[in-house]
Amino acid sequence: MAVPVKHHILSVLVENKAGVLARVASLFARRGFNIFSLAVAPTDDERFSRLTIVVDVEATSIEQITRQLDKLINVLQISELDPADSVERELLLATVRAAPADRGQVIELVQIFEGRILAVGHDVLTVSLEGAPAKVDDFEELLRTYGIVELQRTGRVALPKLVRRPQPRAVRAS
Amino acid sequence: MKLTGAQALIKSLEMESVEVMFGLPGGAILPVYDPIIDSSIRHILVRHEQGAGHMAEGYAHVTGRPGVAMVTSGPAATNIVTPLCDAYMDSIPMVVVTGQVAYSSIGSDAFQECDTTGITMSVTKHNWLVTNAQEIPQVVKEAFHIASSGRPGPVLIDVPKDVSNQMMDWYWPDTLDLPGYRPAGRGDPEMIRAAARALLDAHRPVIYAGGGILKARAADALRELAELTGIHVVTTLMARGAFPDDHPLCLGMPGMHGNYTAVTSMQQADLLVALGSRFDDRVTGKVDGFAPGAKIVHVDVDPAELGKVRRPDVPIVGDCRLVIEELVGAVRDLLAGGSEAPDRSAWNATIDGWRQKYPLAYEPQAEGDALKPQMVLEHLRDSTPDDTIVVSGVGQHQMWASQYWRFNHPYTWVNSGGLGTMGFAVPAAIGAKVGRPDKVVWAVDGDGCFQMTAQELVTASAERIPVKVAILNNAYLGMVRQWQEMFYDERYSEVYLSPDLPDYVKWAEAMGCIGLRAETPEDVQPVIDKANEIDDRPVVIDFRTDSREKVYPMVPAGQANDAIVVPPFQEGRHGEGGH
Ligand SMILES: Cc1ncc(C[n+]2csc(CCOP(=O)(O)OP(=O)(O)O)c2C)c(N)n1
Ligand SMILES: [Mg+2]
Repeated sequence: MAVPVKHHILSVLVENKAGVLARVASLFARRGFNIFSLAVAPTDDERFSRLTIVVDVEATSIEQITRQLDKLINVLQISELDPADSVERELLLATVRAAPADRGQVIELVQIFEGRILAVGHDVLTVSLEGAPAKVDDFEELLRTYGIVELQRTGRVALPKLVRRPQPRAVRAS
Repeated sequence: MKLTGAQALIKSLEMESVEVMFGLPGGAILPVYDPIIDSSIRHILVRHEQGAGHMAEGYAHVTGRPGVAMVTSGPAATNIVTPLCDAYMDSIPMVVVTGQVAYSSIGSDAFQECDTTGITMSVTKHNWLVTNAQEIPQVVKEAFHIASSGRPGPVLIDVPKDVSNQMMDWYWPDTLDLPGYRPAGRGDPEMIRAAARALLDAHRPVIYAGGGILKARAADALRELAELTGIHVVTTLMARGAFPDDHPLCLGMPGMHGNYTAVTSMQQADLLVALGSRFDDRVTGKVDGFAPGAKIVHVDVDPAELGKVRRPDVPIVGDCRLVIEELVGAVRDLLAGGSEAPDRSAWNATIDGWRQKYPLAYEPQAEGDALKPQMVLEHLRDSTPDDTIVVSGVGQHQMWASQYWRFNHPYTWVNSGGLGTMGFAVPAAIGAKVGRPDKVVWAVDGDGCFQMTAQELVTASAERIPVKVAILNNAYLGMVRQWQEMFYDERYSEVYLSPDLPDYVKWAEAMGCIGLRAETPEDVQPVIDKANEIDDRPVVIDFRTDSREKVYPMVPAGQANDAIVVPPFQEGRHGEGGH
């Protein structure tokens, strides 16, 4: 599940109305844009939700994607976060094989990555890791050597980095 | 004041100054049909919901106001999907109201339930499923605003039956609640100055005018710009009439079946001024080979059009009329400051040379041959008022109508450009005539297209809407036949229709119209004259045209516009026209 080399993160503020997610998904399907991951949650203001969309921009220009998105009536604001200027986080949950002989190693791996053990079975462990997507990728890869029974990742969320550099470019000049 | 949702809906349409609506009732929309009896709005009962949609489009094309259609749920809603998509592609303002099963039974596969808002999401500018009657006035106001502002387009309001029956407290909103919708207005002054500079610097400029000129009501501004700068104008299929064909600077239609001069001048231009046009593939041909040496100024109200196909050197987001007016001012300022355009006499002479060598032309009518469709159109054109509204279907007849008519007024050409919807002409002509009863409305239709929506002539007869229909009956799905002839070794697969099955004259008469027929060149003028005398009912003329006739010029699909194919009898002249 390696993220495409040329990806962009769009942070999209939408009206919290029925069908908004369907409109966004329909637009991506209709225009042939690729969504790599998508996270949705309400904001502190209940009238709005924020979508964090990771898009693959090898096929289509990010400008074309944002301009088409911006035409959706329920879309209020789109910020394009450059991966270099943002903090990205993702959560992974996995149930991994951990037969008694391997269990120590799996636990050690979780500790090295500062993950957590959420549940323990006879020969499986359910673990979690929150972190930068690249770190989560590494963790997932290492877990694979033991055998993954089930895996779920959330897709990334992101905010601009707090450094005194220019603000993330607001795509829509308002 | 307490009203039902249904009454509030009709009253809201009245508040939006709706004068006419096109529709057909059924179960889920029944409550809304009751208050129509007491309303000032004229309702035109169609015979198929697709007809209602195209009528609303035709009405919108010629009036500039949103066309309104109302149908029931399920099959009626799906029947109007084609017109919605058509209006979406051609940016036609339209408001469609659909009935829906009771909100309480949505999701249960109730009788005639379909996911109308889901199905139409990608072919509307926006749509609503109304869940509470109290919302109705607000939704209607927003719907009309969205349909008609910015880049216009169709919207749909889906109204469940229980919401129509629910009581509400009437109000008329004075504000809109659309925080995410801000259509563009004026252009960026700096970009406009850059565009003005580019216009004055260019040696071989061409204005590429699209349908956005008509949507923005910018025809006068365009003319001022062209005359001020002396720059020639091509008018796309969606912009025919936006600049007068009789104007010396008008080069006519570009694109796949555009004339040689329009196509080639764009190819060789060093500046294209794209005004409300969208670099459609039917205009550009193979994009990589399109106008390779041209710098691009692109003006559009929809920011997503800038750079979608071709990256502009000077992008301007804004309303076409406002931007062109500002551009005229900026050019004037430069001229007043002593700037001058270069000497373009060589370019202008080259253009005149192409016009002389490669005029639109067809082999003349030979005695005893079937009618040349172009000849029929020339007779029709010369026998009707200059401001006649021409509505066409999709196919060869559409291209010939666009080529051989002379459009000298905006809003006199109505056709389905982006979607290419066969069956558009008859209902759209009816809608156009309802919108402009003062004008003569001729539909130029194909025999194949006519058979898709002809039943709306029953509507026209019943409602006394005297449209005129010229069927260019070549007994074929002619445009498809042309491709099979040229690109599939004359292997004709499923394109033959028959000239006399159906009998168009009898069919017309059965629908309450006058039916006429022209088989020989001598018949043509008399039947046209006869049709023009009738103004109390629809008329249909069955012109038996030559099925072998092809549309020229033609740029074969997927090729660069330099590969333009002229009619065989002009071929010898090809290649002499370069500058
Ligand atoms: C609804 C629909 N179906 C199919 C087509 C494909 N198509 C484009 S032109 C054409 C032939 C139209 O035939 P006719 O109306 O007789 O016009 P002609 O080309 O003969 O003038 C067809 C089938 C279409 N554009 N629209
Ligand atoms: Mg035909």
